[in-house]
Amino acid sequence: MLASLNARATLVSALILFAFLLAWHMGVQGSKAVAPMDPEYAKLMGLTATQGKSAMPGPIDVGLKIWEHLNQPFYDRGPNDKGVGIQLAFSLGRVLLGYFLAVLIALPVGFLIGMSPLMNRALDPFIQVMKPISPLAWMPLALYTIKDSAISAIFVIFICSIWPMMINTAFGVSAVRKEWLNVARTLEVTPLRKAFTIILPAAAPTILTGMRISIGIAWLVIVAAEMLVGGTGIGYFVWNEWNNLSITNVIVAILLIGVVGMILDQTLARVARIVTYPE
Amino acid sequence: MSNKFISIEGIARHYPKPGGGRTTIFEDLWFSMPRGDFCCIIGHSGCGKTTVLNTLAGLELPDEGVNVVDGRAIEGPSLDRAVIFQGHSLLPWRTVLGNVAYAVSSKWRDWSREKVNAHAMRFIELVGLKGNELKKPSELSGGMKQRVGIARALSIEPKILLMDEPFSALDALTRGSLQDEVRRICTDTGQTAFMITHDVDEAIYLADRIILMTNGPGAMIAEVVENPLSRDRRRIDLHKSADYYPLRNHLIDFLVTRSKTFADELPAGYDKKRPPVVRPCAEPPVPPGDARKVA
Repeated sequence: MLASLNARATLVSALILFAFLLAWHMGVQGSKAVAPMDPEYAKLMGLTATQGKSAMPGPIDVGLKIWEHLNQPFYDRGPNDKGVGIQLAFSLGRVLLGYFLAVLIALPVGFLIGMSPLMNRALDPFIQVMKPISPLAWMPLALYTIKDSAISAIFVIFICSIWPMMINTAFGVSAVRKEWLNVARTLEVTPLRKAFTIILPAAAPTILTGMRISIGIAWLVIVAAEMLVGGTGIGYFVWNEWNNLSITNVIVAILLIGVVGMILDQTLARVARIVTYPE
Repeated sequence: MSNKFISIEGIARHYPKPGGGRTTIFEDLWFSMPRGDFCCIIGHSGCGKTTVLNTLAGLELPDEGVNVVDGRAIEGPSLDRAVIFQGHSLLPWRTVLGNVAYAVSSKWRDWSREKVNAHAMRFIELVGLKGNELKKPSELSGGMKQRVGIARALSIEPKILLMDEPFSALDALTRGSLQDEVRRICTDTGQTAFMITHDVDEAIYLADRIILMTNGPGAMIAEVVENPLSRDRRRIDLHKSADYYPLRNHLIDFLVTRSKTFADELPAGYDKKRPPVVRPCAEPPVPPGDARKVA
């Protein structure tokens, strides 16, 4: 083959997509017209009953719907009818706010744990217990104490993204090569300068890995959290469209959640590449 | 005073033994060297050479005794003493210039960036790396990395240069050219240097004096060997000197046999505070003051 690996991979991807769309399209064709019925009744029952159309939308329906959403992503016609752009913006806003609050706490505490064997042992049991708690389990407690559903959602994002960052930061900091620390010692580098010029760059790739895991978890959790708190956000949108029985919109939302999640992950992957050093 | 620029005074270092008690790596070690001297310490692995160097660097403190440099006891690492580590230990996220400049700006904290970089460049040129200053360590060969390490150590203009087997990871050709560089720089600038090596020829070429350490645990300084070769010796014709083989045989003989047996058969009049000084050379031997004659 003369074509590069990339070109061939793209071709295979396109084939898989095509096969999937074709199978999907065939799968939702449904049977043709069913027994004749009273026109009034047929109007009530919709196309599913009258023409045997599948209740599941096909790829063309979904494609048209995506086009429709992309044409006007930011419309606002009341609390239960907002464009997906607005919903995604709400979700992203919550995720980023909760996530950056978590960064502000996790990195310094991770540094402390990584630098001090005492704090490492002292805080370890707390982290081990807190880490496996499903973030949604915090929701009732957050709603009760904070008494504000919007802030509770942000708190849930905060609490779920803090642990991977903290643990990775601590690990990265404690695993800094002894020889680099010895360089700092022989050069009489002050502790603060050592933290920023030796430990931080040395641990940065590990820290970024933790941040990448965290943003992934945060984006997973926001959908579930918004289904609970309601009001706005892509998670609420999914639940609302389910209540409307608009499967097309649910599928559109699922796709958008995936795409946004990928963009978040790739953004951090790019930052990670910048701070990674070859040895 | 200038005769004892560095003075190791009765230092000891112990490690706890698994299951109680302690292992003595060495104890009551005495040694001194004058300013501008180049000393090599040779001995088998595990005899505590690196520990001696670490106590001089201040990275470890001796359990007993004290190291004195230029009249002051060593209490920790200092910018007066530069260390060239066995691994190059460069910071991989910094360029060559960045690595050297980091050391320079650590020593002279109020210098402007231009001044720091100009000073760093001077030492990068000194080790022959001009034109590579913007490369990252990962883009350099092993020998070039070690050159950067040397430039970084020299750039802070230390009173002493401490080297822990700096060339052991390099191939023979690169090692030879780096030995030339180090010797040239140290003789030109009168740099005081203390180096650990396994390589007898390296010690003969570089050192003014060679410290022989017996096997550990409980290692001691068996002898201090004065290098009888002329100061303007060249690496390529070392072996043509009449004194080369007597010196080399003496060192090899020590490493092969006497390093094991020395502690059991201490020579008469052996004094830990004044290890015997010897000067192995071709006939007739030149008596170095109070030293014993060695065949």
